[in-house]
Amino acid sequence: MQIYALDDKAARCGLETGQPLANARAICPELMVFDADEVADAKILDDIADWCDRFTPLVALDPPHGLFLDITGCAHLFGGEAALLRMICGALTWQGFVVSAAIASTSVCARTLTRGSPGRIVKNGEEAEAVNPLPVSALGADAAITTGLRRAGLKTIGDVAARAPCEITARFGGDFTTRLAHALGEGDAPISPRKPLPDYIVEKRFAEPVTTESVISITLSQLAHMLVAAMGKQGKGARRLEAGFFRTDGAVRAIVVDTGQPATKAQVIDRLFRERLDALNDPLDPGFGFDLIRLSASRTEIVVQQQRDLDANVHDNDKLADLIDRIAARIGGRRVIVHLPQDTHIPERAVWTAPAQHHLAASSQAAWPARAESEPPLRPLRLFEKPEPIKVPFATVPDGPPHHFTWRRAVHAVVRAEGPERIAMEWWKQNGEVLTRDYFRIEDEAGLRFWIYRDGLYGSELVTEEGKPAPANWFVHGLFA
Amino acid sequence: MMSARMSTLASLRGDIERLEAHGDGYALNKVALGHAGADAALRGGLAAATVHEVFSAGHQSAAATGFIAGLAGRLAPRRPLVWVRQDFSEIELGALSMSGWAELGLDPRCVVSVRAADVDTALRTAADALACDAVGVVVLELWGEVRQLDLTASRKLTLAAQSSGVTGLLLRVAAQPSPSTAESRWIVRAAHSPPAAPLTLAAPLMPAAPGSAWGAPVFDAELVRNRHGPLGRWIMEWKCDECFFAEPAAYPQPVAAAPAHRPNQAFQRRAG
Repeated sequence: MQIYALDDKAARCGLETGQPLANARAICPELMVFDADEVADAKILDDIADWCDRFTPLVALDPPHGLFLDITGCAHLFGGEAALLRMICGALTWQGFVVSAAIASTSVCARTLTRGSPGRIVKNGEEAEAVNPLPVSALGADAAITTGLRRAGLKTIGDVAARAPCEITARFGGDFTTRLAHALGEGDAPISPRKPLPDYIVEKRFAEPVTTESVISITLSQLAHMLVAAMGKQGKGARRLEAGFFRTDGAVRAIVVDTGQPATKAQVIDRLFRERLDALNDPLDPGFGFDLIRLSASRTEIVVQQQRDLDANVHDNDKLADLIDRIAARIGGRRVIVHLPQDTHIPERAVWTAPAQHHLAASSQAAWPARAESEPPLRPLRLFEKPEPIKVPFATVPDGPPHHFTWRRAVHAVVRAEGPERIAMEWWKQNGEVLTRDYFRIEDEAGLRFWIYRDGLYGSELVTEEGKPAPANWFVHGLFA
Repeated sequence: MMSARMSTLASLRGDIERLEAHGDGYALNKVALGHAGADAALRGGLAAATVHEVFSAGHQSAAATGFIAGLAGRLAPRRPLVWVRQDFSEIELGALSMSGWAELGLDPRCVVSVRAADVDTALRTAADALACDAVGVVVLELWGEVRQLDLTASRKLTLAAQSSGVTGLLLRVAAQPSPSTAESRWIVRAAHSPPAAPLTLAAPLMPAAPGSAWGAPVFDAELVRNRHGPLGRWIMEWKCDECFFAEPAAYPQPVAAAPAHRPNQAFQRRAG
């Protein structure tokens, strides 16, 4: 067991990370030890990243302990780079975190500075000058490389940079050379932000944190108006909206609402959020209050203006789409579905249930197979997602329908039967052996109509290893009206 | 001042007119089912813009579903239909299959399904859908006894239906009828197919003669509540090709012992 992390007091006793626990205990017998919890560490880093969203939409994780913030074009909103750096460090320190931060024009350079000389702000072009005096360990390369460099007598980054790149590459590998170049400001490694950049963001900051529901809902509707105005200038409508609630104590709650067609009206957006907030399982907890509420449109579409007044049908479709959006906002988009026909014979896959918000237009134009004229229904109205096993004591002939069967503890005598309708499984899509099904339409003595099937063919599929006929499994798959 | 009073008076008169219109069964927009006996009892057909209830026992749910599908097909064949159901009822009764829906001669493109997690959500969603006049029919499927669907909830649904012109159909499976504001209430069971050679051990699989194909949806529908007319009990067959309810041609003696009043052309008046 090794020491994973330690606090200031332990460090003053002479302990260091990576030390075996037994040695540490020998140095400092009263040491208190806890298990490292990397999952919790990752969670807290994620929470801090959520909090950092208030400064810039582009926040990237640099596990295990780092965050990148792309503050291009954001710093002036907070009184300049120095003020922003002070604000972030101050707020995080106040919350009890140990912070070191730096600003530079490349991500690797900034990371190197946080390890060597935190708090610096390096202008574009001055990276090499700032990084050169730092020790090689600040680069954050593998321990083997750092030790190797130190053994070679290269103590600072400047020493390493002074050598020819080919020498360094030959000894320590190409990755290290690239990292060194990035730290010196030659090229940059891209960061991968946690969330894609929203198309539009509007937000409202409060000098005094707000807690009351009415203020929050008024703020949301104001923001909706601002967002719609911003989108309207470019003829866009929002398909996905996200409301972010930033609490004073650092907790951030994001609420996402999807729409089926581009939302261009503030009232619609406002109403969707009201439905959503109303239906939350864990209601919005303002705690000590929200100091920032943000509304962003993360997916937008160009709105096609339609002539509404003359075509009543279009009007009706809009109203239906609105209804679907409202229901989906309340109970979730996966729960409001339309049905699309699929080109397959397998009964349970013949219909695809798709989210109504995104497939309403497709479903209204879907081409369903025409029914056979003057035939009774050949497919059941109620279909079990998982066919239910039934007990069949014997069938009249090996390939015939059962004489009677037991389903859900009730015995049904078969009065009429038609079949078999043989449906072979799609062997080209499946792994392993799948059995052919023989379907029967059955009517029992009470007039109930069932759709049952036998799994497997007698003689060919249903045989034991010795070549004898094996008993068949029967299932109820659906119920006819 | 004068004009304000006049407008108040006018709006009150309008209110009274509206109330009277709804109180009077003949003013309702009726849709004929196609079955002569039932249409006569319903005075012309099923009333649109109201709520109707269909009850069935648990194992008869498919028949009730088919009956509701038929009613929906009669009421608004081209307009969107919202079918609200609970997750549990899908497991218990099977999911509504659009292949089967199309086999009944109905249009699966019109159907929007909503899977609600619980009864409260289902009721609220149904009320929302009933208030949206772009919808033709809203079906609310509930399994078992539902405490939340009391007289108040039922009244809410009816009011929403009246103001928007949307018809609400309640499918109540494995439940006992309770007081409600529904315009009509049905109890539906499956009925036998019209006669063909029944299955015997000697001749197990007689191919059905053309035209006599058994398996058409036949219902034993009992009208147990009708606010504006008599009650009754009829055997109805849903004609998949023409999309209406009809009297099955030459319905035979049922195999099981029939209740005394089946098949029945005369109205059976009942108290309540």
